[in-house]
Amino acid sequence: MAYQNIFTQVQLRGELEAGVPLGPHNDSRIGPFGTSWLMGKLGGAQIGPVYLGTLGVASLISGFIAIEIMGLNMAASVNWDPVQFVRQLFWLSLEPPSAKYGFTFNVPLAEGGWWIAAGFFLTASILLWWARTYTRAKELGMGTHVAWAFASAIWLYLVLGFIRPMMMGSWAEAVPFGIFPHLDWTAAFSIRYGNLFYNPFHALSIVFLYGSTLLFAMHGATILAVGRYGGEREIEQITDRGTASERAALFWRWTMGWNATMESIHRWAWWFAVLTTLTGGIGILLTGTVVDNWYLWAVQHGFALEYPATGVVDPATLPGAPQ
Amino acid sequence: MAVLSFERKYRVRGGTLIGGDLFDFWIGPFYVGFFGVTTIFFAALGTALIMYGAAIGPTWNPWLINIAPPDISYGLSFAPLREGGLWQIITICAIGAFCSWALREVEICRKLGMGYHVPAAFGMAIFAYVTLVVFRPMLMGAWGYGFPYGIFPHLDWVSNTGYQYLHFHYNPAHMLAVSFFFTTTLALGLHGALVLSAVNPAPGETVKSPEYEDTFFRDLIGYSVGTLGIHRVGLLLAMNAGFWSAVCIIISGPFWSRGWPEWWTWWLNLPVWG
Repeated sequence: MAYQNIFTQVQLRGELEAGVPLGPHNDSRIGPFGTSWLMGKLGGAQIGPVYLGTLGVASLISGFIAIEIMGLNMAASVNWDPVQFVRQLFWLSLEPPSAKYGFTFNVPLAEGGWWIAAGFFLTASILLWWARTYTRAKELGMGTHVAWAFASAIWLYLVLGFIRPMMMGSWAEAVPFGIFPHLDWTAAFSIRYGNLFYNPFHALSIVFLYGSTLLFAMHGATILAVGRYGGEREIEQITDRGTASERAALFWRWTMGWNATMESIHRWAWWFAVLTTLTGGIGILLTGTVVDNWYLWAVQHGFALEYPATGVVDPATLPGAPQ
Repeated sequence: MAVLSFERKYRVRGGTLIGGDLFDFWIGPFYVGFFGVTTIFFAALGTALIMYGAAIGPTWNPWLINIAPPDISYGLSFAPLREGGLWQIITICAIGAFCSWALREVEICRKLGMGYHVPAAFGMAIFAYVTLVVFRPMLMGAWGYGFPYGIFPHLDWVSNTGYQYLHFHYNPAHMLAVSFFFTTTLALGLHGALVLSAVNPAPGETVKSPEYEDTFFRDLIGYSVGTLGIHRVGLLLAMNAGFWSAVCIIISGPFWSRGWPEWWTWWLNLPVWG
């Protein structure tokens, strides 16, 4: 069998690339720093240069503060014991304020105030990084597609941590910071609202998530398979179609009767990735605000079976003890 | 119409794995080949049996049609058609169709002088499917552990199977698989966006070269994996998502039968904590 283009066999070393020159009102870049043989096996060997700039520095500092707040709160929760901090790290949590505080900002630090602070700095860090993806593209005269794709992910993040808690009127609805705690939140959220699998927007989000993985497997594999014809030179193939592009297209045409083009496959890619978080955010936002139980909603709309009564009263339907 | 302007010169003989020239022809845009014939056979039979199963079932609601595997009591034996036998034959048809499709892709790769990356990647998806409906049921001792064929019925199966292990998010292989799915989608979004941003610049700007793609990513995160590398990254991430999905379900039951949160006690009980 011929060479299958999985790893780079011969790595060339020349002068490091400084990058396309930037306009006058930009800071200077830091680096390049050198090359990495390991990275070179997979793709580009060069490390750096990087453009930090005001936005980048501000974003990194905000992100650092957010992680610090989370880490120090977790350390405090194990009495500052470094051994227990490592041992229990995956279980440790920084929880949002409890429901009694509603959606107010006047929360004692130890009772969720730190969570609000960490969320604020994390959000600041992310939004500053978004601005960076926008301005870096603009400064190079490129389109802003990366920034708008990133915005779709930020939408899901904001729905989970801010928009939905605001609409529900309580910070307690938000996701805690922590490895296992955020997984617990996800499972509890699904059960509380009658199984998220019956949420059509959740279903769409999963379809786009799996679809994205399928698309990248198909696209990555196709380009590598036509690597011997220079298939990875996608921009050249888009503007002036060559045999790599023709073979890639015909492969899918002969396989499934239809093909994308070298440019359109990237539009498919962009939309599938963007729609994953866009539909996911819609699904989360509707949960608890518009729909209280997705299973009952599904029964009502004819896509879930009604199970025979068990004789057990749903405690959620009881009025509860007088308060 | 079916033949593109540049297609004629690529439509050459040869490259078949089996059958020589016998099935070496196209129907419209589709290449046939020996494995095209077997694909059609398995896909048509499987689809017909699904329709038959729906017809003898309680509903034609497309969301609720359910072709369930046999009861656990049948173990690993054949069940009567109406009691899961349909599911068994449909499973055989599905595996036959998927493998035929992959081998047909191999023939098309050979015809076009391409590498075998696409059928290899598809093979990972087939492996994950076969793990779900053959390997795990065999290890568990009954076909009834396979998942039912139906849109919401298969979601119910995922839900129920997950809760049998209390909380499936604690399954370490499931964690890896989900992380790979998310990372693949992130990388796909970035790659698609980067290429589109290079060939669709602001009005008045010229199309940008790969040097600009490299520069953008180095400016942003200090590293650019490059035009070839990103496709290796994407393929590896995607195949890992499929592989770890298969691992996370094969270990649930055959190798771990308690709640997944409990699995992590080995970490809490390591002797190093003093």
